[in-house]
Amino acid sequence: MFDGLDAIFLARAQFAFTVSFHFIFPAFSIGLASYLAVLEGLWLKTGKERYLDLFHYWIKIFAVAFGMGVVSGIVMSYQFGTNWSVFSDKAGPVIGPLMAYEVLTAFFLEAGFLGVMLFGMEKVGRKLHYFATLMVALGTFISAFWILSVNSWMQTPQGHIIGANGQFLPGESWWPIIFNPSFPYRLIHTGIAAYLTTALAVGGVGAWHLLKGTGGKHARTMFNMAMGMVLVVAPIQIFAGDEHGLNTLEHQPAKVAAMEGHFDAHPDGAPLILFGVPDSEEETVHYAVEIPKLSSLILKHDLDAPLGGLKDYAKEDRPPVGPVFWAFRIMVGLGFGMLALGLWTALARVRGKLYDWKWMHRLAVVMGPSGFVAVIAGWFTTEVGRQPYTVYGLLRTADSASPLDAPALGASLLAFVVVYFTAFAFGTFYILKLMASPPQSHEEPLEREETGPMRVAGITPGPARQGSGPFPAADEIIRGNRSGSTNEGEDK
Amino acid sequence: MGISIDLTIVWAFIIAFAVFAYVVMDGFDLGIGILFPTIEVGTERNRAMNAIAPVWDGNETWLVMGGGGLLAAFPLAYAILLPATYPLIIAMLLGLVFRGVAFEFRWREDRHRAFWDFAFAGGSLVAALSQGMILGAILQGVTVVDRAYAGSWFDWLTPYTLLTGLGTVAGYALLGSCWLIWKTEGKCQEHAYRMAWKAAFATFALMAAVSLYNVVLRPEYADRWLHPKQIAFAAPIPIITAFLGIWLLRTLKQKREVLPFWIGIGLFAMGMVGVGVTIFPNVIPPSLSIWDAAAPERSQIFMLVGAGITLPLILGYTFWAYWVFRGKAIDQAYH
Repeated sequence: MFDGLDAIFLARAQFAFTVSFHFIFPAFSIGLASYLAVLEGLWLKTGKERYLDLFHYWIKIFAVAFGMGVVSGIVMSYQFGTNWSVFSDKAGPVIGPLMAYEVLTAFFLEAGFLGVMLFGMEKVGRKLHYFATLMVALGTFISAFWILSVNSWMQTPQGHIIGANGQFLPGESWWPIIFNPSFPYRLIHTGIAAYLTTALAVGGVGAWHLLKGTGGKHARTMFNMAMGMVLVVAPIQIFAGDEHGLNTLEHQPAKVAAMEGHFDAHPDGAPLILFGVPDSEEETVHYAVEIPKLSSLILKHDLDAPLGGLKDYAKEDRPPVGPVFWAFRIMVGLGFGMLALGLWTALARVRGKLYDWKWMHRLAVVMGPSGFVAVIAGWFTTEVGRQPYTVYGLLRTADSASPLDAPALGASLLAFVVVYFTAFAFGTFYILKLMASPPQSHEEPLEREETGPMRVAGITPGPARQGSGPFPAADEIIRGNRSGSTNEGEDK
Repeated sequence: MGISIDLTIVWAFIIAFAVFAYVVMDGFDLGIGILFPTIEVGTERNRAMNAIAPVWDGNETWLVMGGGGLLAAFPLAYAILLPATYPLIIAMLLGLVFRGVAFEFRWREDRHRAFWDFAFAGGSLVAALSQGMILGAILQGVTVVDRAYAGSWFDWLTPYTLLTGLGTVAGYALLGSCWLIWKTEGKCQEHAYRMAWKAAFATFALMAAVSLYNVVLRPEYADRWLHPKQIAFAAPIPIITAFLGIWLLRTLKQKREVLPFWIGIGLFAMGMVGVGVTIFPNVIPPSLSIWDAAAPERSQIFMLVGAGITLPLILGYTFWAYWVFRGKAIDQAYH
């Protein structure tokens, strides 16, 4: 059934599918791990229970999201070999060690301390537990560092030599490979994106409970913290994105031309195309709504500066224009939407109405998932914009693929689609379910919730939550018998 | 010694260590998954799950180390092996997806728990079987032409690979049941003793069958095991393995709680040594040696610095994480 399709196209579709799904989870867990570290730190510093409640509330969501990130990430570490074996063989000596460093310095760190972070608070004490939380947060960031270094090297390769057998080999020093020209920009832009994504998700949940009147002080704290983050970070992100774009113009001008929808070169000032329908066949943008010379102003800081176009490149050397053009606009549009939300909350703060303006809360709920969409759109912009190369300018995608036939790739793509939609749809449902229930005073920690009725020892007296184990009634009996043996929040 | 240490051999041992660490550590996680359908629904299953919940993620990371490390240290082997065993790799990954998400998902909705328990068990079984068959597919040899896999789609499916696959399933079940013996008590532990007994016999039978098949699998393998020059070196392996097997059964009879698990690891170690004797210095038989597939020296040195610093730390905090959750799973009530 897949005979009619091109094996390269299927390999790309499969990789795009698995990496896009995967990317959602780290984007969330990088930000959420740091948010949890902040909450736990604030709790330790101030002793205020609401920070601990929020920590316990969000760690359940973190556990589900992190699990999905792990399993979809393991798939990625093998997709290079299954789908792009020639690329793996050729680029392995350069990118392999960076990925090995990611495993050694990040994955083990996250995974090693995760168990203690999730289940160990009462076993190791507050300080050691906080250390474990910090290590998990640090691990997520180190992971982003290495994998973005790899990705950036593929975008702006340098520091390598080409071996006799056609392999990319490391040159004298690893520094130019790791800190290749696009890496600092990409790391900052993607790192901020993760924090912004999380802030919007947390803010959306806070706003939801403010609207429903269910969350009390917890919802106010969440909303306040998240919107403060959005207000500060959204403008920084727009600035960082602009800088990243300038870097791309320097190293990958064809990608920028696709983002801008510029088929023709503009020797004396290029217009900014706000909207339009790019047509690669006719090499034009239909129905373009454009502002004259603005693109040159943004990219060159000069109204009359010349800008190249896609026609400067042979057709087989151009990236696909449509996906890059659209994905870029989605990302930028959402970015300005985030800025608007931040500014609105700033105004509300000034007026003392942060917890009162319903329409602002509604917008925050709507914008809750916007970070995820923007992250994926940005990823599409940069990755599709890298085409038709895997290693930019040096190794074509068509020359990178595994010796696999279309039916094998098609069948496995189908399997991935079915499994991912099943597993991750449930996961999303569980996360939404957790988000829909408001945070409680004396929010139950994860380890108690998961221990089942027989293992529940110290249960907090207070508002009992139903149905944590399979036998809620038995749970209640045990609660009754043992209540008072431990007091949540008290140091052991 | 001294200046002429062969970094390729060093890296071969590091990757072998990572694979071994994965096999025994995720082996007992997957083993518990394989045994899950035999464990009583409710408390017993919760306990079995809790016996591994805090550590499974760290255990699985060794698989990324094995795969990522192979890409980094032996890129050509990675580039040949993954297309050669493509369907098995995909099946393993998808099995691990279901297994991995089940850890959290099963607690999230009571009505869905039976489904996620099924996914946990099925995913574990598929992953274990695939891993064993990948091992078999490597051992039976891979057709390579011009730095690429040149065999057909179903080369990996033979009676031999089925045997190695089933052997791995049985071995993992043995490790899983021994871990449960260590980490649980009462009904769950009694059940684990019974399962360990069965799994031990299945493991012995399949290990013996694979070993005998090995000798006739490729002509050069017979030389490696039976040649007069080799036999003094090779013969202790089956002898020690048999000794460990008998010792394991004795400790199970005596209802020892910790020792069976470590003897199980010993059995896997002997299996690993056996694989080494069979293929070294090839990474992919019959003709791709570790030196053919190795990354250049600069890559090896760069990674060795990192591995030298981080691996002791990793082993240290991994040990700590296990130590924090020491004791019986049922006693892990947090007070």
